[in-house]
Amino acid sequence: MTLRSIFAENLTCIRGNRLVFRDVGFRLGAGQALSLEGPNGAGKSSLLRMIAGFLKPAAGAIRLTGDGADISDGEERGNFVGWLGHHDAAKPQLSPRETLRFFAELYGASADIDAALEEVGLVRARDLPCQYLSAGQKKRLSLARLKLGNRPLWLLDEPLAALDSAGKSLAAQFIRSHCAAGGIAVIATHEPLAIDCSRLALA
Amino acid sequence: MNPFAAILFRDMRLATRAGGSAALALAFFAAVATLVPLGVGSDLRLLARIAGGVLWIGAVLAALLSLDRLFQSDFEDGSLDLIALSPLPLEAMSFAKIAAHWLTTGLPLTLLSPLLGVLFGLPPAGYAPLMLSLAIGTPAVSAIGAIGAALTLSIRRGGLILPFIVLPLLSPAVIFGAGAVLGALDGLANGAFWLLGAFSLVAVLLAPFAAAAAVRLNLAG
Repeated sequence: MTLRSIFAENLTCIRGNRLVFRDVGFRLGAGQALSLEGPNGAGKSSLLRMIAGFLKPAAGAIRLTGDGADISDGEERGNFVGWLGHHDAAKPQLSPRETLRFFAELYGASADIDAALEEVGLVRARDLPCQYLSAGQKKRLSLARLKLGNRPLWLLDEPLAALDSAGKSLAAQFIRSHCAAGGIAVIATHEPLAIDCSRLALA
Repeated sequence: MNPFAAILFRDMRLATRAGGSAALALAFFAAVATLVPLGVGSDLRLLARIAGGVLWIGAVLAALLSLDRLFQSDFEDGSLDLIALSPLPLEAMSFAKIAAHWLTTGLPLTLLSPLLGVLFGLPPAGYAPLMLSLAIGTPAVSAIGAIGAALTLSIRRGGLILPFIVLPLLSPAVIFGAGAVLGALDGLANGAFWLLGAFSLVAVLLAPFAAAAAVRLNLAG
């Protein structure tokens, strides 16, 4: 199923008896990107976890619309989500190649692993255990995994952190081509994104 | 390969690689089983009678040693988020992890047990019941341990709390497992094997659901 839009209204987030944000809403159509902005602790990551279906909103609702179907259940929503969190999900004992192969199998993606590694510039490190990779290289691995999953709704938490300037433009290019293909992206970031997107400020 | 097999083989690979938990559990099991005869002394009749119980306790403790990281390492490095968003239901994921844990600890412990039985002077009649009881019972150890591991996955040093949750629940397995070996030595027909099998079956069938519920709770936290 392709995704036509995502709609969120009146979202309230309470964590540990503390109000993180309230009355947050947005609407995105196919091909659009949204950047979440706000100081540390404003709830950017919480909002992403809420969209992914991990956190239940204390109030409000999130709805996805696809071809003739509405999805408001959190766990079902997860099947549309391509996730890039602030952890790398790279096991120190496994190589980038093994890591990608595992996630490709897990997501039922039939993709060329080596081509995906080449695209993010990890060819030389592909058989090295991930414990020897730098933070930037692990982020590149996360980008390759994100693309491999081939999900319509990308939720990205600080996708540019730790990347060098070539890596940053690679990430921006990934997001641009994802949106050009009709995907939707929600990006929490502190750095300027070189892409055309709407903004949502969390105070 | 399907998503279930992907988790199963990845976890087995991680357990058997350098720094994995499989070799650690085996070494711990062997160390405990070697120490007990040294502490108890050389009364062979006594040793033969306690062999089943000691090896069962050793197997449970060895399995516990590797259980605390079952979900925790995936939680800490973000893998669990990605696994939760995959098409594989969390229940199936939990079952795959339980199976991988048993294949890398329970099964090797079972295969090593006759060797350690020799240290206790276990009579020939005791070996088959010992291996059979461990083969039937250790899946329950992995399954119930997985519930505890899922409950404590977001707690720092949750491994220290894990035994308090898991050990009481595992006492039936130890009672029936050790009882089955002792009953066989005494030539008594007893129902210990059946009770152990029933306990193990129920544990393995229900644990994935309980563990998945605990994982869900922790991901929302």
